[in-house]
Amino acid sequence: MKLELRGITKRFGALVANDHIDLVVRPGEIHALLGENGAGKSTLMNVLYGLYQADEGDILLDDREQHFAGPGDAMNAGIGMVHQHFMLIPVFTVAENVMLGNEQTKAGGRLDLNAARARVREISARFGFDLDPDALVDDLPVGVQQRVEIIKALSRDAKVLVFDEPTAVLTPQETDELMVIMGQLRDAGTSIVFITHKLREVREIADRITIIRLGKVVGEAEPTASNAELASLMVGRAVELTVHKELANPGDAALVVSDLSVVDALGQLVVNHVSFEVRRGEVLAIAGVQGNGQTELSEAIIGLQEKVLGSITLDGQSLVGMSVNAVLEAGVGFVPEDRNHDGLVGEFTIAENLMLDRSNTAPFVKRGTLQLNYLNQFAEEKTKEFDVRSQGIQTPVGRLSGGNQQKVVLARELSRDLRLFVAAQPTRGIDVGSIEFVHKRIVETRDAGVPVIVVSTELDEVVALADRIAVMYRGSIVGIVPGNTSRDVLGLMMAGEVPDVITTVDTDEVEGALL
Amino acid sequence: MSDTRVAPAPASGPAPDSAKAVAPAPKSNQVLRDIMGGSVVISILAVLLALVAGGILIAVTDEDVQTASGYFFSRPGDTFQAIWVAVSGAYGALFQGSVYNFGALDFAKGIKPLTDTLTFATPLIAAGLGVGLAFRAGMFNIGGQGQMLIAAAAAGWVGYSFPLPYGLHLILAVVAGIAGGAIWGGIVGLLKARTGAHEVIVTIMLNYVAVYLVSYMLRTPGLLQAPGSNNPKTPAMLPTAVYPDLLGSSYNLHAGLLVSIAATVFVWWLLSRSSLGFKFRAVGVNPNAARVAGINVKNSYITVMLLSGGLIGIAGVAQVLGTVTTGFSSGIDAGIGFDAITVALLGRSRPWGIFVAGILFGAFKAGGFAMQAGQGIPVDIVLVVQSLIVLFIAAPPLVRAVFRLPTPGVARKKKPVKLAKAVAAK
Repeated sequence: MKLELRGITKRFGALVANDHIDLVVRPGEIHALLGENGAGKSTLMNVLYGLYQADEGDILLDDREQHFAGPGDAMNAGIGMVHQHFMLIPVFTVAENVMLGNEQTKAGGRLDLNAARARVREISARFGFDLDPDALVDDLPVGVQQRVEIIKALSRDAKVLVFDEPTAVLTPQETDELMVIMGQLRDAGTSIVFITHKLREVREIADRITIIRLGKVVGEAEPTASNAELASLMVGRAVELTVHKELANPGDAALVVSDLSVVDALGQLVVNHVSFEVRRGEVLAIAGVQGNGQTELSEAIIGLQEKVLGSITLDGQSLVGMSVNAVLEAGVGFVPEDRNHDGLVGEFTIAENLMLDRSNTAPFVKRGTLQLNYLNQFAEEKTKEFDVRSQGIQTPVGRLSGGNQQKVVLARELSRDLRLFVAAQPTRGIDVGSIEFVHKRIVETRDAGVPVIVVSTELDEVVALADRIAVMYRGSIVGIVPGNTSRDVLGLMMAGEVPDVITTVDTDEVEGALL
Repeated sequence: MSDTRVAPAPASGPAPDSAKAVAPAPKSNQVLRDIMGGSVVISILAVLLALVAGGILIAVTDEDVQTASGYFFSRPGDTFQAIWVAVSGAYGALFQGSVYNFGALDFAKGIKPLTDTLTFATPLIAAGLGVGLAFRAGMFNIGGQGQMLIAAAAAGWVGYSFPLPYGLHLILAVVAGIAGGAIWGGIVGLLKARTGAHEVIVTIMLNYVAVYLVSYMLRTPGLLQAPGSNNPKTPAMLPTAVYPDLLGSSYNLHAGLLVSIAATVFVWWLLSRSSLGFKFRAVGVNPNAARVAGINVKNSYITVMLLSGGLIGIAGVAQVLGTVTTGFSSGIDAGIGFDAITVALLGRSRPWGIFVAGILFGAFKAGGFAMQAGQGIPVDIVLVVQSLIVLFIAAPPLVRAVFRLPTPGVARKKKPVKLAKAVAAK
């Protein structure tokens, strides 16, 4: 089915999220929609899916104009969506999830589960999925859950499938498998819209690429275009894609973690007897798929976890059992993985956020009183140094873009004397230009002789920054490998397997590593 | 990862990131934030709307208006005339009873209503500050009644029991009152911090405990009951413990007002200049970020409830050492603990906003009596107006709709985002 969007405009108050966007997706093609976070990709797709009504413009399917009042209309017209965060009910079986919203009934209003099971089997067979219709969704790995979403869309005869950032939650292997599935769907005649900001995936699978920036279509590209070309279209300027770093020159071990376990509030062992050390002047990346204990590990170091067994010592000083404040005072800088939730107070100004974790002592506080003159001067200086773009230091942080918010967090954490720097998901959800900046500052921190831990689920980021990589799987460290370990090996380790041979690549080959 | 960050979240469907971007603070925090986020304009318009609605009520309940409306279609002018007389008379009396009495013989008598307003405002300001301070730290302190009663009991006990020299006695009594309120509030903070008990439930329950505890003490000889009396009432305060009159004995205005003003300055300093207040505000808006930044959230709950109870204690002290110095009974709180919530909301939990709101409510109290006495309009109308003010403040979209104001989130919030991006793109 041919999908055409003509002049779609969507405004939210004064903000134009989509500005006269034209898009044509031909039958049987994978059309990548490339753009930074906040460029307007998801808004456009929500318009297509009937969740938002466009202020202007038309949606055409096979040259017929469509009016969608809600997702139901869009689905009936043949549009399916695979959401970034799956819209599945964990306690339902695969078949129940697939029939949800489109239940077939037998006489007396009883659900026709057998028909749903048959449908699941039929579609699974068509694409070679091995999927039990009676399995509980909760028990399935993330990659398989995504297939349930795909089957759900296909079971309603979707001719146009929208994948919204489908690879964000997948391991590299699962990503590869998804690419194969998308190829199969295309060959079967389905039109696919593939939303992403990862250049590598786009070049691998897309037939055509449309690039969106600030709500406008800024160009079309062929998959043969280079990473640099695509990135500069996305960002609107030339971008440095590689992280320039010298070889690490590590000193002694500064942070020693041995036999560390963390028990969460539900009594589950979320970090399982983990031991590692971080030396001065090196970056240890902790890789792994989201939810394998990395978050809890970094929180344990900072003192945010209640039940911690084992030992964490920084320069000989034990950190276990210390309050968060004491850990920070001891010289630990921390970038939390969810900056809106844990890192910043959105209603506070930039200046206030810059002193958030130093509200006890000089220079910001003297005799219980805030030193506002000093704070303002400090904030002016740091916003300049860290290139925070805003309308002034009194702007509430909640109004900044993700990248600028993250720079505020970095500015706060890096302007103390650090003995350890822990950055969790330092570039999640921020624009390419800011990613470049954040990575540069992390490498600079390392070069200043500070031990650095980077927790990341993005393999590209891990490879770009790490001197050594610890891969976590189900709370344990699968192995600690050199920073130039090949992606295939890392991917296997992220799935919990320990390969016999650790293959490495030449560090020069990580071109395009940022994306 | 999703582009919906700046878009309003749709009622349903897949915009998971927008839900994630907003800190999932407790719902009550969000409500508080909405209320406090309203502008001064909304507060003023809410008062205006409430007065208009009150005017309608006055007109509808007025007998002359009812009579005149019986023959509305033959002589509509009469009805409007009657409405005008009723409403203007009522609000005129309200004004003359609370600001300046034009019928008085000289200026000294004419200005008396204003001093009455300030007298009524004195405890309202202090208690409003207590509630507002708790609001700013994310706590709903509706235990003003209990905290006031305990404070009044403590201050009163010191005030009538110990003959002490002038000055020292008053100071001791005030300190005892503040301490009483602080302890009663501090219990709430302690329970929340240690056991996670919700402060709304705890404060309500502690109100009952305080009411019955003080009633019991007032009925028990040897505790608070005046010797030789069967009434549940304390002895009169000793003159050494009483707040001195500010403007001489012909006015009721007492030095408690100065304490309330000092409290306002203190809370202003605390919230906008002190490190403690900085932590309170951080905890109030985003407790998660505060915790990650090394702020002890649980200790903040305890400290803020101590301070909040202490401020409300000042209101209790003003009642027993300023307003009713002849001995008090269990009704000494006079509903101020609950009015304080309204005052704090109207003042948007800002110290000087609360100060102004406290004076406005003091004027309603002073003027309400004059309105009833002069025009025969029930004082309940004033209560309705007060309640409507809260209602309108709690529903900013309603006020905006009535006055056709733009939605702030759209014009004010979105624009800077876009500008920032435009800069970033260069």
